[in-house]
Amino acid sequence: MEIIKPGINIDFVGKMKWMVIFSLVLTLLCIISFFVRGFYYGIDFAGGTLVQIKFQKEISADNIRKALTTVGITDSIIQPFGPNEVVVRTAESTSDIKGLSDKIGEVLNAALGKGSLQVQRVEVVGPKVGKDLTRKAFLAVILSWIGMLIYITLRFEFRFAVGGIVGVIHDVIVVSGIFSLFHIEFTLTIVAALLTIIGYSIHDSIVLFDRVRENTRKNPRKDIRTLVNESINQTLSRTILTSFTVFLVVAVLYIFGGAVIHDFAFALLAGVIFGTYSSVFIASPVVLAWEDYRPAKRKK
Amino acid sequence: MFKSVRLRAAIAIAVTIVAVVFLIPSFIPDLPDAWKKYMPIGKIPLGLDLQGGTHLVLEVQTDKAVESTLERMTGNLKESLMNSKIRFRKLERIGGMAAVLETPDNASRDVADKHIRDQYPDLEVISSEASEGRESLTLRIKDKRVREIKKLAMEQSLETIRNRVDQFGITEPEIIPEGEDRIVIQLPGIKDTERAKSLIGKTAMLEFKLVDDDHNLDDALRGNVPEGDVIAYGNTIDKETGRKTSVPYLLKDKTLLTGESLESAKVAISDRFGQPYVSIKFNPQGAQDFERITGDNVKRRLAIVLDGIVHSAPVIQERISGGNAQITGSFTMDEARDLAIVLRAGALPAPVTILEERTVGPSLGKDSIEKGIWSAIIGGVLVALFMVVYYNLSGIVANLALILNMIILLGVLAAFKATLTLPGIAGIVLIIGMSVDANVLIFERIREELRSGKTPRAAIETGYSRAFLTILDTNVNALIASLFLFSFGTGPVKGFAVTLSVGIVASLFTAVFVTRIIFDYFVLQRKITRVSV
Repeated sequence: MEIIKPGINIDFVGKMKWMVIFSLVLTLLCIISFFVRGFYYGIDFAGGTLVQIKFQKEISADNIRKALTTVGITDSIIQPFGPNEVVVRTAESTSDIKGLSDKIGEVLNAALGKGSLQVQRVEVVGPKVGKDLTRKAFLAVILSWIGMLIYITLRFEFRFAVGGIVGVIHDVIVVSGIFSLFHIEFTLTIVAALLTIIGYSIHDSIVLFDRVRENTRKNPRKDIRTLVNESINQTLSRTILTSFTVFLVVAVLYIFGGAVIHDFAFALLAGVIFGTYSSVFIASPVVLAWEDYRPAKRKK
Repeated sequence: MFKSVRLRAAIAIAVTIVAVVFLIPSFIPDLPDAWKKYMPIGKIPLGLDLQGGTHLVLEVQTDKAVESTLERMTGNLKESLMNSKIRFRKLERIGGMAAVLETPDNASRDVADKHIRDQYPDLEVISSEASEGRESLTLRIKDKRVREIKKLAMEQSLETIRNRVDQFGITEPEIIPEGEDRIVIQLPGIKDTERAKSLIGKTAMLEFKLVDDDHNLDDALRGNVPEGDVIAYGNTIDKETGRKTSVPYLLKDKTLLTGESLESAKVAISDRFGQPYVSIKFNPQGAQDFERITGDNVKRRLAIVLDGIVHSAPVIQERISGGNAQITGSFTMDEARDLAIVLRAGALPAPVTILEERTVGPSLGKDSIEKGIWSAIIGGVLVALFMVVYYNLSGIVANLALILNMIILLGVLAAFKATLTLPGIAGIVLIIGMSVDANVLIFERIREELRSGKTPRAAIETGYSRAFLTILDTNVNALIASLFLFSFGTGPVKGFAVTLSVGIVASLFTAVFVTRIIFDYFVLQRKITRVSV
């Protein structure tokens, strides 16, 4: 079975201008969203207390909130998490041993009747740790970009590295932008997803660059635009197939994986789509543009 | 690579068998004893998010340990100055880390300075001041000693917490120091987190002080606290209404005995009301001290103070020898039991605060495992189907490689006791998708070569060699990303990084090495003329 017929020759390079404009607009939108809408930070970064509670029957968020105010928790955010399950979140966290999470459990048990609820999960992050984790997360993403840059430069050429990294940065911005726009909780695991997306997106770009390198060796005199276009067409089959399989498994995770890794799977899903897109429509234009400004020496 | 198909097949089979051996304990619950003796028996450890449990990060307030050492030193210094008849006006702590010694004149200041230098090598004078009739020295503990104190406080805290957790009976707890003043605690499978936290975090500073009945309590409450006294509070619970009230006590500040003099503590039930209490026994020196103290203070009240709260202040009826005493109060059985544990394990040298807590209830953990496994199975089946449909028989070869990939991946995790977390399971699902990529690269190449007219053997040869470099590049890159993930991540994220890394390496092995063996077998041994790809 073959989805992509061999000898296919879609003019990707020709359409690049439009795609680049589209990407720029998209990226800009995302960056604006960062500043205007900001992020819905999880407690990993913002600090605070989070309690996931499963009730025997439907309890209204208002009742929960009222019960909590009696112990002085006035800023609780209550989100549904599944049938009869909610996540209660507050920005405070006491470093007291008898933490807020215990108080929350206690007061709800008292207000709604003992045994009517079960605490599924508790997360408490003090402000110190929150800052720590934010810094570490940031560092990890930036450092991984640099690491990739170095590796690709060694294996290919600097302009390919730049192309690849620009593509990756684009992916990270867009996926983060989606999280910002739709106010989805941005936690540590999401950063893990971003790092995974970085790995995957570069992976994709490398396959393309590898082909370009091979074709360049075979036809040193050919115009680079044609070479790149050919390479994209030749690897199209593989790109679509791999993206498809990864998309398939991540979609399965998203649908069947349960509420806890739901957001994580969503990030990966978005990442797979944009990661593939960026290899063709971001990394390549960068390489080509580089070529226009600084033509590479042709090896004989 | 090696030429012989047999040799390579043998290697592949050997690796698989080793992996399976490591995996067996995770899937078969009851192993025969013979197995247990000679074979690896570790299951794949499950992360807290899968088996339920608590993860705590504590910070030991090492500064407070330095403060209390300074407090003790100044107490000692006062006495030794008085014994040496060196005149001084006052000696007290200022702020947390320094103390100031005031002398009436220059001469005594110099004498005091010399005294300190000779007798107290750990203290240093950081400044001396002379103003109107006031000569003072500011003292501080030397840096080197401060560092020692902090290090010791950490070590003692670790030890104490370990003892407490031990007595609580949790299987396989982990208590690990982190950095200079943090302790990471993992309590897998724990059901009562609240109790565990209060058990771990209690400073448990037990002090015996005399109640000052000579002075007026109300007067003191109004602000006239007599020299050498301190006000402390105790809680009483009204038996009828159940309300807690705070009762003030005027105590003499000097601590006569501490929890360090205890040899053991256990729970007992009082005959009269069926109330639980804690029965303590002093060590020989402590027993002697206790006898002396009770003998000297008959008819006075002795307050038992725990972490600054007065537990009870019974009247000393007579000299007590034998070193036994009771701590009563309105305890529940659990509270009494925990107090006994904490007294036995010893006091924490410095208070601890919780920086981070993550608890997962057991039912959520089970739920997560199930969902994770289902996702892996469904994802795997879908991918396998797709491969067969698209690549025919070669697809089956790729699927075989995939199955092997999973076995080796899980086997390595079991062998290295790497923890499997929920994101880790997600990582496995991801690997299923990504490992297919290597095979796709190879098969697409082979198709290309076949199209350009090469023989099956040549096509396979070229396909593999051309694709290999690309596969290597992409996988190394993915490994670099995983490395960063691993270094920055905590718990669950680390689990993800580990499964990803191992999966990538395993997929390299299965997708390239193993599939090649199968192709070579058919092409070289069976000499087929067409490759179904």
